[in-house]
Amino acid sequence: MLSKRIISCLDVRDGKLAKSVKFVDTKDIGDPVAKAREYYEQGLDELVFYDITASSENRGIMLDVVSRVAEQVFIPFSVGGGLRTVEDCSRVLLAGAEKVNVNSAAVKNPGLIAEASKAFGAQAVVLSMDVLKVPKSAPIPSGYEIVINGGRTPMGLDAIEWAKRGEGLGAGELVVNSIDADGTKEGYELTLTRLVAEAVSIPVIASGGGGKPEHLYDVLTEGKADAALIASMLHFGEYMVGEIKEYLAGRGLKIRMMKDER
Amino acid sequence: MITLVDYKAGNLTSVRRALEHLGIPCQITADPSVVRRADKIIFPGVGAAGAAMGILKERGLDAALKESFAAGIPILGICIGCQIILEHSEEDNTDCLGLLAGETIRFRPQPPSSPPPLPAGEGDSDSPHRMERERIKIPHMGWNAVSVTRPHPLLAHLRPGNEFYFVHSFYPQPADVSQIYATSDYGGEFPVAIGKDNLFAVQFHTEKSGKVGLKVLENFASWKT
Repeated sequence: MLSKRIISCLDVRDGKLAKSVKFVDTKDIGDPVAKAREYYEQGLDELVFYDITASSENRGIMLDVVSRVAEQVFIPFSVGGGLRTVEDCSRVLLAGAEKVNVNSAAVKNPGLIAEASKAFGAQAVVLSMDVLKVPKSAPIPSGYEIVINGGRTPMGLDAIEWAKRGEGLGAGELVVNSIDADGTKEGYELTLTRLVAEAVSIPVIASGGGGKPEHLYDVLTEGKADAALIASMLHFGEYMVGEIKEYLAGRGLKIRMMKDER
Repeated sequence: MITLVDYKAGNLTSVRRALEHLGIPCQITADPSVVRRADKIIFPGVGAAGAAMGILKERGLDAALKESFAAGIPILGICIGCQIILEHSEEDNTDCLGLLAGETIRFRPQPPSSPPPLPAGEGDSDSPHRMERERIKIPHMGWNAVSVTRPHPLLAHLRPGNEFYFVHSFYPQPADVSQIYATSDYGGEFPVAIGKDNLFAVQFHTEKSGKVGLKVLENFASWKT
């Protein structure tokens, strides 16, 4: 049986680590390569890097970050942010990432998912979706709507429908990020995560709202997620990877424990 | 010096980086004559069996690998490099290298199992009870525990419960079960490390499995067959 994965998300702007809170006001908190290495040593299972660089001329810096991470960190990691074409995806994979993470560009051009999946295999394509809770309506029967541009633009697209469509187009995994929960540290959006996990047969990674180890337990059980994404819990030193994992293993989840290694 | 066989496998660079990190000298080659002179070979892999065999043949690397195996050169296969050493793969219905007898087969989703029917006249108090199996997702992607079933120097550091990173939809099934060295459980037990003499191959990604994975590469570098 597969272990439940703990994944940390590192937002990178102009080559530096940043943590967004409700997608506004970001502040730099360090070197992404050093952080990645630290979490790897602590026993993290996987990493995600989101490039939130504003100007396109600074995007090359991200490729340098990716390649330096790949030289030092021997767990899988994906890269997202600003990937619009198969060529963009190819560049980060060649720099050393296992997977690409597509979001807004895939909503605007769903063909990107299919093209990337054909070129690199479904296992290399993660579809990340930003979701806002809205009143249920005819176009949004689940009451969860896809938004893009960091949560600012509603797309009139039902999140559950989009998840199924993404799977059909060839995505190998889904990141379900709740804009409502993001940055609150009050827990993941369990209903949303469960609805998506029940609608698709590819792994679902819950994102947004993780503040305590109990929150991860809830989303990995009740929320039916295969993995949980965490950011500020680790970035500000409140928790170590090992203590979160020990908590989850202690409550009976199958978790990869580093202390058994030598 | 370890020679990495270049047949456009997706993880070639990751394996090279892992070896460099460990301070193990390596070279990458697509030239069969360089493979023939190698004293240790890593045969990596990410991709599909059909395409992989196509490129190996086009570059003449298939013959070079067969000769190296016959000559007793230590060879480590990873992922696809663990699958196409068998005779055949169900993926793209591909004829493979045939270094070991056997076939690479696809995971099949398990329907939730119901308790086996009871033979007439027997009570149910001591009947075998099976846990209902979770429906498996394919590909098998993520961390899973590897159990050593037969000791091997490349897996000598493993402890029960150690986990490795996997990404695959097919797995190797040697005809001779004594060639299986480790297994994992995913909707049932399946082989994840196989080998014979100077050949050893693993389905998991040693280069992405943290320290226990890197140690397999280190063990290979010091392996005396």
